[in-house]
Formats: sequence, structure tokens, C-alpha cells
Amino acid sequence: MPGKLKVKIVAGRHLPVMDRASDLTDAFVEVKFGNMTFKTDVYHKSLNPQWNSEWFKFEVDDEDLQDEPLQITVLDHDTYSANDAIGKVYIDIDPLLYSEAATVISGWFPIYDTIHGIRGEINVVVKVDLFNDLNRFRQSSCGVKFFCTTSIPKCYRAVIIHGFVEELVVNEDPEYQWIDRIRTPRASNEARQRLISLMSGELQRKIGLKVLEMRGNAVVGYLQCFDLEGESGLVVRAIGTACTLDKLSSTAAFLPACNSPSKEMKEIPFNEDPNPNTHSSGPSTPLKNQTYSFSPSKSYSRQSSSSDTDLSLTPKTGMGSGSAGKEGGPFKALLRQQTQSALEQRGGSPHRFCRNREFPFFTLTAFPPGFLVHVGGVVSARSVKLLDRIHNPAFVGIMGNTRSYKLLDWNSFNSDEPETRDAWWAEIRQEIKSHAKALGCHAVVGYSESTSICEEVCILSASGTAAVLNPRFLQDGTVEGCLEQRLSWQPGFFSIGQEENLPAGCGFCHIPYDELNMPFPAHLTYCYSCRKQKVPDVLFTTIDLPTDATVIGKGCLIQARLCRLKKKAQAEANATAISNLLPFMEYEVHTQLMNKLKLKGMNALFGLRIQITVGENMLMGLASATGVYLTALPTPGGIQIAGKTPNDGSYEQHISHMQKKINDTIAKNKELYEINPPEIPEEIIGSPIPEPRQRSRLLRSQSESSDEVIELDLSHGKKDAFVLEIDDTDAMEDVHSLLTDVPPPSGFYSCNTEIMPGINNWTSEIQMFTSVRVSRLSNINLTNQTLNKNFNDLCENLLKSLYFKLRSMIPCCLCHVNFTVSLPEDELIQVTVTAVAITFDKHQAVQTTKTHVEKSLQRASTDNEELLQFPLELCTDSLGSHPFSPAKAVSVEKASPLTEGHFRQRSAPACANSTVGVVKMTPLSFIPGAKITKYLGIINMFFIRETTSLREEGGVSGFLHAFIAEVFAMVRAHVAALGGNAVVSYIMKQCVFMENPNKNQAQCLINVSGDAVIFVRESELEIISTQQPIASCQPACGGGEIAT
Amino acid sequence: MTNELDIFVGNTTLIDEDVYRLWLDGYSVSDAVGLRVRSGILEQTGATAGVLQSDTMDHYRTFHMLERLLHTPPKLLHQLVFQIPPSRQALLIERYYAFDEAFVREVLGKKLSKGTKKDLDDISTKTGVTLKSCRRQFDNFKRVFKVVEEMRGSLAGNIQQHFLLSDRLARDYAAVVFFANNRFETGKKKLQYLTFGDLAFCAELMIQNWTPGAVGEQPPDPPPYSQVDDMDVDLDKEFLQDLKELKVLVADKDLLDLHKSLVCTALRGKLSVFPEMEANFKNLSRGLVNIASKLTHTKDVRDLFVDLVEKFIEPCRSDRWPLNDVRLFLNQYSASVHSLDGFRHQALWDRYMVTLRSCLLRMYHD
Repeated sequence: MPGKLKVKIVAGRHLPVMDRASDLTDAFVEVKFGNMTFKTDVYHKSLNPQWNSEWFKFEVDDEDLQDEPLQITVLDHDTYSANDAIGKVYIDIDPLLYSEAATVISGWFPIYDTIHGIRGEINVVVKVDLFNDLNRFRQSSCGVKFFCTTSIPKCYRAVIIHGFVEELVVNEDPEYQWIDRIRTPRASNEARQRLISLMSGELQRKIGLKVLEMRGNAVVGYLQCFDLEGESGLVVRAIGTACTLDKLSSTAAFLPACNSPSKEMKEIPFNEDPNPNTHSSGPSTPLKNQTYSFSPSKSYSRQSSSSDTDLSLTPKTGMGSGSAGKEGGPFKALLRQQTQSALEQRGGSPHRFCRNREFPFFTLTAFPPGFLVHVGGVVSARSVKLLDRIHNPAFVGIMGNTRSYKLLDWNSFNSDEPETRDAWWAEIRQEIKSHAKALGCHAVVGYSESTSICEEVCILSASGTAAVLNPRFLQDGTVEGCLEQRLSWQPGFFSIGQEENLPAGCGFCHIPYDELNMPFPAHLTYCYSCRKQKVPDVLFTTIDLPTDATVIGKGCLIQARLCRLKKKAQAEANATAISNLLPFMEYEVHTQLMNKLKLKGMNALFGLRIQITVGENMLMGLASATGVYLTALPTPGGIQIAGKTPNDGSYEQHISHMQKKINDTIAKNKELYEINPPEIPEEIIGSPIPEPRQRSRLLRSQSESSDEVIELDLSHGKKDAFVLEIDDTDAMEDVHSLLTDVPPPSGFYSCNTEIMPGINNWTSEIQMFTSVRVSRLSNINLTNQTLNKNFNDLCENLLKSLYFKLRSMIPCCLCHVNFTVSLPEDELIQVTVTAVAITFDKHQAVQTTKTHVEKSLQRASTDNEELLQFPLELCTDSLGSHPFSPAKAVSVEKASPLTEGHFRQRSAPACANSTVGVVKMTPLSFIPGAKITKYLGIINMFFIRETTSLREEGGVSGFLHAFIAEVFAMVRAHVAALGGNAVVSYIMKQCVFMENPNKNQAQCLINVSGDAVIFVRESELEIISTQQPIASCQPACGGGEIAT
Repeated sequence: MTNELDIFVGNTTLIDEDVYRLWLDGYSVSDAVGLRVRSGILEQTGATAGVLQSDTMDHYRTFHMLERLLHTPPKLLHQLVFQIPPSRQALLIERYYAFDEAFVREVLGKKLSKGTKKDLDDISTKTGVTLKSCRRQFDNFKRVFKVVEEMRGSLAGNIQQHFLLSDRLARDYAAVVFFANNRFETGKKKLQYLTFGDLAFCAELMIQNWTPGAVGEQPPDPPPYSQVDDMDVDLDKEFLQDLKELKVLVADKDLLDLHKSLVCTALRGKLSVFPEMEANFKNLSRGLVNIASKLTHTKDVRDLFVDLVEKFIEPCRSDRWPLNDVRLFLNQYSASVHSLDGFRHQALWDRYMVTLRSCLLRMYHD
């Protein structure tokens, strides 16, 4: 009996009136965990019942603790007829299972009903006692920490970054079962919510097991997604990066529970630990870990779980395909060898090595300094699949997942094999790996996976950034959790031959592949920072801007938007049609990105995310990225327009007019984003490597042909300027659409990365928001052009609306702008945006600028050559008038949230008289002006809301507005109950909206996740003594509220 | 291409004060957009009309959702759905419960029933306040009235506690409730010149001095949540009954003459309108005392303000008494009673006259 779950139901408030006669309610509560149910007494005739129940105790396996949610149902007692349900609360007790997180869940939870929404609140206290159990073959993975954050969490230090973990589970979707025809929508929704809750619990547990096998203790960058495949089932899949994390002692000072990181590890009270090595891997004992240290492709026994990827299924391309002739450059080969030997050591027998040399993928987007050596470019792969229900009853016996089988009473069998889905993903990952290899990289960072489903067609997509990582750095076991690591950027720290004396900030731009033997033609020059290594002319990546990168000016959000009509078709024909369209879409998206980047006068994209959405009669592509000007990369040439018919005079005139407009736009953008790089005489750089054609470095392929890398010729002409040929009206449209993108109003900036390059003085005011728009296309004359224009307008107008709504926050920056497109019906386009607006202080920027410029001038007098390399910390206001220096290089490192000194310490508005504590939500991994002192656990919630009275609830807008507000409320309530005051790395992973206005019905599914944390304002930090237990305030508050 | 659905949800609920005002004023979305366009916001922000329309719709939707909570303001504080900073919550509540002077003058003293609600149409046309806004204001009055009607304790205090209004607004609502409960007539033409402020001032004094809660020398400013046995909504029946005793002041001819001579002696040379005062004294005194003695009848209670104007203010005004003379007269008039040996109801007289004097002074203007 490894665990005891204790639940106490304290009180309710604001309950709905259930008895019309008395205008009151006779409420009681059912508390259910697994198959056990307890009930409270009925509290008669009150809308604010005080149950004050005894402690309900559930004695359960820790496996169940991980999988099952605690289910609390509030009902209205009825003597004569059936009791009416008021609503439910699901509580994920996972955060109570690892000792560093929350110790108690206590607070007011909204009572949620899938038909009526939130109906009052209930005060609940939950505790867990875990007992020791030394069962080696256990199925649970209690104690493994999960983080949605895609960087090393702020109060931790990475001892080892093990690498990729993935898992998926499949089940039949309750919505599509025969029973759904006879049960109520409420019952169906609840079955679905509960199933997904169970499945994600199970998934998390399984991932945890893998992490334990890899001897890690945490998963960072955990991303869990649902694929609602309809008839063919429901897939819950997750990827993440396994790590061994160590708590930073500086943070521990604020948490009396853990005085030192090493001690704290051992203090985990009842944590079962099959292998002591797991927890003894602190900095003092690096020996044990040496062999395991670089293990992005870490192996683990795959037999333990039936739903695992069986790699033997994955065909052909495996390893070595890229490493044959393409790799050159002595040092790179050396590096690869090093890596391989490390891997081989790890793998044991050669056979196992092959089998287990899995995917060197990292879901992280920000890294400890020095971790990233080179970045090759974006790698992506897509595959079109047909979803097919497997009816064969022979599978029933061997399939699956016995656990959900056992737990779900309605579920007699699993309809589908997880193996199929696993194989699909394995195929795609294999492809990604070979792409990375072709770029001379042994790892993929900023890795993510996604799907788009329409009827029975499914596009699986994966993308990441090919990179070379520093194995030495990983080996010595001192990968710091960002906080105190800046010093490690010292010459000689790296062992990689020629790189030794490089200044910070340009190394990652240097090409990892060999220039004489390039995987694709590229336009290379010597690095503009060090002039020693070659760099490409543009760089596309999916990661955040490295903290040590130097950029000039500010960044901006760049989007490419594209629609393609497609004939309606069935099954195979449909899949083929989509497969055929994909390469063209990718090409055009890429061209658009490139054009827009040039138009902004920038040379690199970060955080690139290309989303291809499939609908009944069209495909949509939306790429978002943050453009910046990297000092290390060459100045981008302009865009030149060339006409096809030069004889025509008026045409010529038109062309030159367009050219002028483009040139003006570039000049304007350069001014707007403060891009004025220093003039570097040509001799210093040396002439560019002769390369007749210029190509960009986006490698991709698509469809089932996974063994073949389709390289698209993305050339656009001559050496310097980017030439756009206008040969038909289409091209004209393209140029026009280029120029229609309006820059944000003054005082506004936007980016889709964590922070805006070039802004370093965030103030504490943040506003996270979600905005959803659904547009109906007029059916007549639907062409690609009108479609493109409509889609473009939709996105642009949405952005404009956001700027208008948030105008009171100026000067501010929209960070982590995340667009999601879906095509719920034939003529409907749904765009969902989640982002956070953060204010910054213009005034202070000027001050910091001055001091730094002064410093730099001092330095300049002694060391002239260093001037250009020294990261001047200049962050200018939009006036941009600084007499001190013509060059405005900005060190992003200084802009990182860790540089506390740069924040204006503006205290939050007093909110003492409010009984509801403020919970901040942000998609970022940090809170400006504050320090995260504790991670309380992952928040992963799934809600369904349905209505049969759509008009009465204010139509579709009213319905969805209320629902999203309710989802926010439930997230905040859970965080508050864990004792937290913020959610970081918040993401709305799914927002599936369906309507049937004729029937007055609508349904919406939302899936959100994030990390619950406690943060302390930096201004308050000094006040709080180190002895004061932060966490202990929380139960007290809870108690206080109960009394009211 | 049309937007079927268009929403914006912030973790902190965005409140645009200007749009909130338009919403409270009862403008439709399109009217509000028009008004916003005219305010020059498009030029200031560079936004398009479409953006403005979407923004306005969004705010209206939010306000609509908040309205349910605003009906019971403590719920707004405890609810979890909308995260709103306390200062904003206070602003939302205060503005929601604020009312128009023009509107309140129309309904003040009327029964807050359905019948009156039908008249809202007329009031709307008459006052220029939109019907929607009239409804909200009327419903606010009714809601507050229903909640505090049967409650013990300080009226303003109760209102403040249950509706979280500012002190000033809570006292205004106390006046509205007091007027509605006692059905004082305020709509007559001759009363039109009185502002809500005048009447609220009178109501407050009456609540302080003429209700059962006033007995026992309560401090003039009772602590807001005191649970003393205090009924602030009704006039003190016993007190009204006792007021009949004052009749002797005019019924007894000697007493009346003595009273007159005392006042005239004291004021001689001090009033610019002395001859008029001397000539009118008996009429004025009869008026004031008769008002007191008739207050046992509900009908006469309702007509209190009409009577005050007819019996006192109008005569004085027609003789062009300056305000200062009215003040001097009323002071002397009430003080002199203490020197009338034959008169035993000094305390009763004071309770009546202190309030009445202040009311009359406040009401004495054009």
C-alpha cells in the first residue's frame, strides 16, 4: 500500500439554486478516487454549505496516484427523484507526489459543469502520504519532476541533460462509441474529460519511468498533445527532455525545506529509488556519471510498455546515411567521433547501440551558455497519413494498455494499436535525424511535433534546429542552470580546436558543415564578428536567441501566411493531393519568410514555427518567427525587382515605382528597428566565397518518402540583392502583400520568442491573453489569391486589434506570440493567439545605455579592436539618437530575465482587501521583475464545454469568451490551491471549437498546461527573511477564507 | 469575409473606462462605436473602424458577463472567473451604481414597482437618459431597496456593506431608499426646482433625527456596521404621534403672541424684511406647526415637501427674503420657544425643528 490520499471537503459558496421552491440547495459531495467513493452529509437549504467533513482516506498504489485524478462531485440531494449533479472538480494530485513541489492542495476550486460552466466554488484540502516501497519492477515513477518550461528551470541547475523522451497512448474516443447515442451530452463529456485525464496521467507516469531508467530525475520541455482522430480514436502523446536537475542553493535559501541541493535530494521521504546513482549525481560525484553524460540518444528498455516505439519497425534510413561523404572538416569529424564513442560506451553491445541510438533531440529552446556550439539550420519533416480504424478483434487480447482497460468501466477494448502511431512518429524522427546529419549536426534542438487532422487525413509534422552541442561541456557535469554561468564563457573553456579564442556571441552562427562539401549550395562569408569562421548569409532556427548572441537593434515578429485550395477528395486520393501540395506550400512559406526578413533588413530568424493545417478544401500554412540582425552574419542585401518585359515603358515605370517603395520600406524598417550596423571595409571580411546561386538552409521533406531528402531550390538570384521576378499577376500580388504588412504602432514591439532582442528593461506589468477569431469565407470565387488575402487580413487585423486593446500598456512588447490556425469547417478559418504583453521602461533604457556606452568608450580607448566585438549594451528608445556610438549592438544576455539589476522595481498594486489572490499567467518561463523561488508542479488540464442554448449564452462569441475565462479561472484556482502565485510556460495547446447554430448548439475542447510556481518580487526579496517559510502562508490563507 | 467569432480574454480582465461609461449610458454597440469614432480615437491610435467595432463588442460582452456579478457586488470580489485588480473592482461597482441626477429626480419618492417601470419609457424621453440606462438605474434602486428594506442598523451602513459603495454613494442610496419607502412627493411642479442633493440632504437629516434609530441620543455619525437596534427606513411613529402636542403653539393664542413678540424683539433691526416677517409670522408659524401635527397621516407625510414649499418657502420667496434673513428667523423662531414657559415639549420641538430648519435652509433657493 504505497500511498494514502486524504481529502477533506470544507465548504461551498455561491452554489446555484437547485430547488426552485425554496430558492436554495441541499448540497452534498461525493469524493471519488479510482473505484472508491466517499460522501459528505447533506447540508440542507444553503447556497453556502459548510460541510467540514472528516478526512476521507484512500489507500492506493502510487501508480494509481499518478494516473488517476481526484474527482469531486457536488450534488443536490433530492428525496423523491434522482440527485442532481451541480458540477465537478478534477484535481491532479501529481504535484503532491514529489517532495520538492507542493505539500498540500488547499483552496477554493470552481465547480465545473460541462453544460453550465462554473457553478459556485468548493473548498477542498488534499494531502498525500507516500510509503516506501523498494519494488524494483514498479510501474510508477513518483518523484520525477515535470516542467513545461523549455529551458532549465530557474531555480535548478542541470547536472546532465540526458535527451529525448517520448511516449504515446491510444484509446477509443468516448464521443464516438455506441453508448454515446444513448447517454446525455454531459455524461459523454465527463467520460471524455476523465479519460483524457487518466491517459495523460498514465502517459506522464510512463515518461517518468523512462526518465528513471535514464537515471534522470526530471523532464524539461514537456509537451503533451491530444490528437482527436475521431472514429479512429484518441491519441495522447508527449515529448520532453530528460535531465538530472539539481536545486540551486541560492534558491534553497528561500525555501527552508531544502537547505542544500545535495541534502535535499536524499531527503525525499518515501521516494523509492531503485538506483542510488540517480540522486547522487550532484557536482561532487561526477565519476559515476561520466559514461552517461552525453546521452541524447540514451537508451532504455522499451519492452516495459506495450505502447512504445518499436524501432525495429522503422525502416532503412537509420544511421550513417548522412555521415558518408558529406562530412568533412577534421575537427567536426573528431567531434562526431567523440560523441559516438560516448554513445557507444553507453550503449553496451553494438547491437543494442544500433537499436538504441535513438533520437538526439532536445525539446529545449534555451540552453545553458556554451551548450550550443553551432547551429546548422531548421530541419523539418512532414508526413501525410490515413487514419484507419483497426477492427480486427484478434488485436484485442494483446493490445494495449491494460491499465486503462481496467479503469474504464465503459471501455471493453482498445480499438487501435499505439504501435501504428509510434511507427509513424519514429519514421518522422528518423527523417529529422538524417536531415540534421546532412547539415553536419549530431543533434536537434528546439524540437517539436504537431499534427493536423481533417476527417481521416492526418499530417504529422516535426521540426527542430540541427545543432552541434558541446559534449565536453555536458560531460563535466557542470551544466549550470543559467543563473551563475555567465563566467563560463571564457576562452579555452571549450575543447573544440580552432574555436578556442573566439569571442562570445558568434560561435553558434558558424557553419557546422564543411564549406567545400556542403549539403546544399549556400552563400558563405567570413564571420562578421571574428572573421575566422564561415557563416551563412541567413540563419533560420526554431530556438530562442542564445543569451550570448549579439544583435543589432530590435527584433520583430515575422509571419508568412499562405492558403492553397485543394479539391475535396476521399482517402488515398486526398492524401496524395495533400502530399503533392505540401512541397509547394513549404517553398512559398519559405520564400515569404525570406522576403519579409530582407524587407526588415534582418538576417536571422529565431523561434521559427511553421504550421500546416489541413481542411476539407484547402491547406493553410502559417509560419511565425522573430527576425533579428545578428552581428556575426553579413548585412542582408536589398530586394530587387525584375520585370519580364523590359520594353514596355509603363511597365518599366511601374516596376521602378515598386522598387522604390520596397527600398523605402527597407530603409524605414531599419530605422524602426534601429538596425544600423557598423560599416566594415570589404578587405577585412574578404570576398565572399564565389557562389553563383544563393540558397537558404531549410531542409525538409514530406510524405511517405522518408528515405529521400527533398531539397528545394530556394534560390532567388544573384549575389547581393534578392531578386524578385515579376512575370505574372501572382508575383505582383506577392510583392503587394509584402508591402501590406503594417508595422506595429509606435511603442509596440512583438516577437514570438521568450524575450525581445534589444529590450532589457522590463517592468513588472504583464498581461497574458488569448484571442480567438473565426472567419467565414464567402463561397463565391474562391481563388488562391482571394484566400491568401483573406487569411492575411485576418491575421493582420487580429494583430491590429491586439495593439489597440493593449494600447494602455505602451511602451510594451508582445512576447511569445503564438498563432494557431485550424479549419473547423469548409468555409471557416479559426485563428487562436496566445501571447503576453510586457511593459518596459523607456526611460531607464536610456540611463543604462549611457553608463554602458561610457564604459565601452573607456575600453575603446585602450583596446580599439575590441570595440566592435564588445557587446555594447544599448537599448534605445524609438528616437534612437545617441551621440556616443553609431553601432547599436545589444547583448541579449543582458536582456535576459536573470539580470535582476535591470528591472525597474515597481511594486505590484496593493491588493490586500481582496480575498482572491492574484495569480499571474504567462507563456514565458519567467516573470519580469520577480524571482521564481519554487516550482510546484505541472498544470495540465483538459476541459469540454457544451451548450444547447447558444443564443441565450450570447452566441458563439459569448460562449467561447465565457469558457476561456472559466478555463483561466480554473487554472488560477489550481495554482492558488498548490500555494502558487503564477503559471509560467503556460500554453493553450488545443482549442477545438465546433458549432451548429441551426441547432443552437456549440461545443469546445480546451487543453492548457504550464508550470505552477511561487515567485517573489525582487523589490520584496530583500524584505523577506530567509527563515520565513513562503509555502506555509498558504494553508493559513485557506483557513482564513473558510471562515468567511 | 466576416468574423463569426471574435474574442479577447485577458488573464487580467481589461476594463476600458470610456467604453464602460458608454455601456452604462445604454448605448448600443454601433452607437458606441460612432461616439468613439467622434472622440478622435482612430486618429490617436491609427486603428481602423473594424478594430474599434471588435474592441467595443468585446468590452460590451465582458460587461454583460460582469453585470450578473455587479448585482451582488460582494460576489464580484469573491468570484474566480474574472481577475480584476481591487481598484478596478471598486470602479466597476461605483460606476454601475452611479445614477443620473435627471433620472433620480423623476423616480425619487415613487414606489419602486413594476408600474413605475412602465413609466421608464416616458422618463427616458423626458430626461434624455437612454431607456437601457434608466432600467439599470431603476433596477439598482429596487435591488438596493429590497436588500436593505427589512434590515436593522444604519441604512447607509447596510447599503455600504452589501453593495460595497463609496460612503457618498451609499448615503445617496440611503436617501433614495428612504424617499421610496416613505413615498415623499417630489414630482410636483413647484418642487421641480429642488435638486437631488437638496432632497438627499433632507433625507439624511430625517434619517438621523426622525427615525426610531435616532432615539436615545445616538451620535450623529453612527459607526457604519453598528448593529444597534436601529430602523432607519421608517419615520418614528411615536415621534410623529407626539408632534401633535406642538399644536398648542398656534392653537393657544397667548402662546402664539408671546412667541411672536419674542422673535420680533430679538430680530428687530436685524432683518431687511422685518415688516414682512412681522406681518407673516402667524401664518408661517401656523404653517410649520400644522405640518408637524398632521404627520400622523400617511398622506400628509407624503406631502411633507409640498407643504414645506407652500407654507413656508413660497411665502418667504414672494416677499424676497434673503437667505440670511431666513436663517436668522428660523434660528430665532426655534430658539424662542425655549423661553415660552407654558410650553412643555422642548425636546420634541428641538427634534422637529433642528431637522426642519436645516431642510428649509437647504431648500430655500430659486
